[in-house]
Amino acid sequence: MNLLDSDISALWLTLQLAAVTTAILMVVGAPLAWWLSRSTSRFASVIEATVALPLILPPTVIGFYLLIAFSPDNFLGSGWLALTGQPLAFTFSGLVVGSVIYSLPFVVQPLQSGFQHFDHKLLEAAETMGAGTLDRFINLIIPLTRRAFVTAALLGFAHTMGEFGVVLMIGGNIPGETQVLSIALYDHVEALDYQRAHWLAGGLLAFSFTLLILLYGFNRQHGVSKAGVKQL
Amino acid sequence: MSKDKNIQLSVEHYFFPKKCVQKERVKKDDSQEADFSLVIKAQLPNRGITAIYGPSGCGKTTLLRCIAGLEIAEQCQLSIGDIDLASLPTKHRQLGYVFQENRLFPHLSVDGNLEFSYKRRFSDNGPSKQQVIDWLDIETLLDRKPDQLSGGQKQRVSIARALLTAPRCLLLDEPLAGVDSKARNLILQHMKTVADNLKIPMVYVSHNLDEITRLADYLMIMDQGRLVADGALLDMLSRLDLDLTRQENAAVVLNTKIVGHDDHYSLTQLSLGLDLNLGSVGSCADTQLSVGRLCGEAGDTVRVRIPCRDVSIALEKPSQSSILNILSGAITDIELVDGARAIVKTDVLGQSILARITRKSLEHLALEKGKSVYLQIKTVALLSETLV
Repeated sequence: MNLLDSDISALWLTLQLAAVTTAILMVVGAPLAWWLSRSTSRFASVIEATVALPLILPPTVIGFYLLIAFSPDNFLGSGWLALTGQPLAFTFSGLVVGSVIYSLPFVVQPLQSGFQHFDHKLLEAAETMGAGTLDRFINLIIPLTRRAFVTAALLGFAHTMGEFGVVLMIGGNIPGETQVLSIALYDHVEALDYQRAHWLAGGLLAFSFTLLILLYGFNRQHGVSKAGVKQL
Repeated sequence: MSKDKNIQLSVEHYFFPKKCVQKERVKKDDSQEADFSLVIKAQLPNRGITAIYGPSGCGKTTLLRCIAGLEIAEQCQLSIGDIDLASLPTKHRQLGYVFQENRLFPHLSVDGNLEFSYKRRFSDNGPSKQQVIDWLDIETLLDRKPDQLSGGQKQRVSIARALLTAPRCLLLDEPLAGVDSKARNLILQHMKTVADNLKIPMVYVSHNLDEITRLADYLMIMDQGRLVADGALLDMLSRLDLDLTRQENAAVVLNTKIVGHDDHYSLTQLSLGLDLNLGSVGSCADTQLSVGRLCGEAGDTVRVRIPCRDVSIALEKPSQSSILNILSGAITDIELVDGARAIVKTDVLGQSILARITRKSLEHLALEKGKSVYLQIKTVALLSETLV
């Protein structure tokens, strides 16, 4: 057995982090993407830019500012402390907050482009049949833009799995609590333990590659022209 | 009649030039001319089919969208019976809407589309799924996806889907616009079936007069966002003050009853007098029309269409003529169309028939109001029955 307990717990922690983050992102990202796809206000481009920032900012920059915000001297950190009795910095909750921000564009952008191609006339038809907002979202928008939802979820998940810089800044390297795979890998390299580094690096590579193959395969099967989407 | 007219409608809607939409519209600046305005006040019958007729761009569709709440008008009053609908959002108005471009849900089969609306039906008093499927003859299409249907089939499914919510009123926005003429006839027949079976009012928007004469009971004519005239279809089609009667293919529609069949010549006798004693074939031939043998029974109502250009006038009853349909009537009005032609309106047992003749004939025969004349009718088109 080449994986040690600490690697197993890092893997488990990473999967948990990615799952929780993706779940939150789908709930937060879908309405945000919907609003962005429909809004004509100038304010929308500011929000759009904010969402996209993690794509180009060095993760350490995001991590640095989050660390500051998480401090109990600050509104976010003190609010969280008052609410839960726990600090945000160097905890799993802090990692989730950081990951949500860091992976936001990977979820919002595919959803937004899916929604933009959605035929809004169908919503009017459903409305005349008495379908309310949530009803229409669940029974029309999600099934007709499922391609975008699958893409968003998989990209959000995969991107969170590979997160390094933000986690290092706000979570540190506490095994079993905040030590994720990418940081465990970094530790192994630092310690010149290349065999274990290979296992982790190869595993992450294979995982990401498989995920992308599945994703593109799915997208090919459910082509754009098929349904719910205006003929382009 | 007036107690039936309990759909009250009053809509004011303005479209401003795009650039000043945000500011001017709120301020209601009087100096700002609206690009287009829709100001309609009308009372519609709460039964049968009301057609809204007018040229493209006259605001018909916008009016329908305002009724459905899909377009929010600056001012809108709408009530059906005692129920005030204007303050309700679309989803609570309980109106069925058939869109011009069907708008079937592409990820669901035909059955799935029907189920979608049936599950959300507004009341249990509406038609059952099987009834609607039979009326529109879509049993064989149930398993198909919308992209496997022809244009006509899509609209049939779309009408069925709208009916399954058990709406208070069915709104149809040019449902036959993109449908070829063969499928169009079929759908018109299906819609007749629906109207006969379902006692809800329908509002039908169209710019096709032929569709309207075959289907509607009540007619609203619109132009440039205003109501030009409204009334019972049969009256409207014979009103000489309307543009309808001046058109080249102007025609009146008559309600007739089958009196009897002549099997020897394979003809059916239709009476214009709706209360007339039945079984008196031939006894009052001057108020009866002969048409090719129909499959209906004596007493059945048949709607026929008589084009104005196919009616000629004689002062004495022509005896040596191949034309079978000769009615006697009295002139009630005369209107000159242009220098050469005139329209003569006549009354036969309370129903109006228009004849378009030349001004020369008008003067030659010295036609005037009150004069009794014979009408020779060359063609009678059947609107509501099928030939055997």
